[in-house]
Amino acid sequence: GFRKRKHDNFPHGQRRDEKENVNPSSALMKSFKSFQQELDTRHDKYERLVKLSRDITIESKRTIFLLHRYISAPNGEEVLHDSQVKLDAIRRKIRQIAQELIGEDMYQFHKAISPGLQEYVEAVSFQYFIKTRSLISIEDINKQLIFKPEDREDTSMIFNYRDLIPHTLSLKVTPVDYLLGVADLTGELMRLCISSVGNGDMDTPFELSQFLRQIFDGFTFIGNTGPYEVSKKLYTLKQSLAKVENACYTLKVRGSEIPKHVLVDVFSTKTELIDHEECLS
Amino acid sequence: MSVSDMFVALQGALTADQDIREEIRKVVQALEQTAREMLTLMQGVHQGPGFQDIPTKCQKAREHFSTVKTQLESLKTKFPSDQYYRFHEHWRFVLQRLVFLAAFVVYLESETLVTQQTVAEILGIEADRERGFHLDIEDYLSGILTLASELARLAVNSVTAGDYSRPLRISTFINELDSGFRLLNLKNDSLRKRYDGLKYDVKKIEEVVYDLSIRGLSKEATGGAGGEK
Repeated sequence: GFRKRKHDNFPHGQRRDEKENVNPSSALMKSFKSFQQELDTRHDKYERLVKLSRDITIESKRTIFLLHRYISAPNGEEVLHDSQVKLDAIRRKIRQIAQELIGEDMYQFHKAISPGLQEYVEAVSFQYFIKTRSLISIEDINKQLIFKPEDREDTSMIFNYRDLIPHTLSLKVTPVDYLLGVADLTGELMRLCISSVGNGDMDTPFELSQFLRQIFDGFTFIGNTGPYEVSKKLYTLKQSLAKVENACYTLKVRGSEIPKHVLVDVFSTKTELIDHEECLS
Repeated sequence: MSVSDMFVALQGALTADQDIREEIRKVVQALEQTAREMLTLMQGVHQGPGFQDIPTKCQKAREHFSTVKTQLESLKTKFPSDQYYRFHEHWRFVLQRLVFLAAFVVYLESETLVTQQTVAEILGIEADRERGFHLDIEDYLSGILTLASELARLAVNSVTAGDYSRPLRISTFINELDSGFRLLNLKNDSLRKRYDGLKYDVKKIEEVVYDLSIRGLSKEATGGAGGEK
């Protein structure tokens, strides 16, 4: 009771006077003004990177949806071409990130760009898988993220912008981002497997289960040497693998008994079931 | 390259990374030990007799900083210099505490706020990112906020010890610091959370000053009496 009353009696006017007594041009205030500038610059850059990362995520997701149409569409080549155009557009965004990070420590802003990069890895490795049926290496991904100023339209602008800009810009995907992107890829491959059965494609599921098993073995090899996020993805990866393996099992056992047009129905109910499970997990 | 080869290479990279972290952790542990010792030493100023030998305590603390310097020197060699922020989390806490200790020592000696540049010099590191292992501005500001709560405590204890002028000087200092922090546009992060605590330190010190002034003790302190010290 007493303490509170005492505070209520506090001469507020006097306090305000005291605040005004602070000399705005003192050394302390001057240095805080420069801190303000430094922090604002840093936060602005961070926000710009977050925005770029979000754009990359959205575009990568769209590319993945497009690529899912590859199997069902009769004009597969066209879909691949479109996806290439989209990926090039994404790389232009990544180039902007690289430009923001000139002279900076990339890891300082890594949290801002990491989600976008993971999604990009997922999209680019999905396209690579559809084209070559193999896993793209981290080196190949990083090779595509070296940008020469010559082959871009905005070259002139960059040279006007600052002479200090080096001739090549590059951004490296970290091993962890790569691993997380690849782990997400397996989810897409699982979807691809189920939908390819729906389209009467009987070979893809077996190829996919073999490929997924290789990736799964790889992740088990890494185990818990990686950071926590990687081991967390391992669980989902196991689920995806189980779904694909079960699909292959059903195909093997019942494929010989059921005529192909009926088999599609068998699987379309199965897909629903799996989707339902996915919602739960 | 086969899938398994790729994963072997990745595993190698991750293990190398872990080794670096292990090395860093060892040095940081030693740093934390030194910082704790200094903290214990500096805690002495809150006790009655401690007020007399503040200069000796500061002197001793300064000696500890040379140990800190060599430890930070060895920390620098544990990782590539352009990957500071990759491992930042490991030494963030201890560095903030060292900033606080340096700021506390400098405050007790000269009653001024230590600059970022001076802290970097005391710790034997750089103030700029470009020049190597540096002091991040957010870590510097966090350390300064710790100083504010320590000074709030000191204000209370100096009254107990009969030094009535110190709280007034601390009050001026904290008010200036508060106005400084008001200039910053902080994001909703850990620094912001700690800044939110500053107002309680300011309030605490204002209460002490109020208590002194209604009893006429502040006049006694400023009116040349101040013989307690």
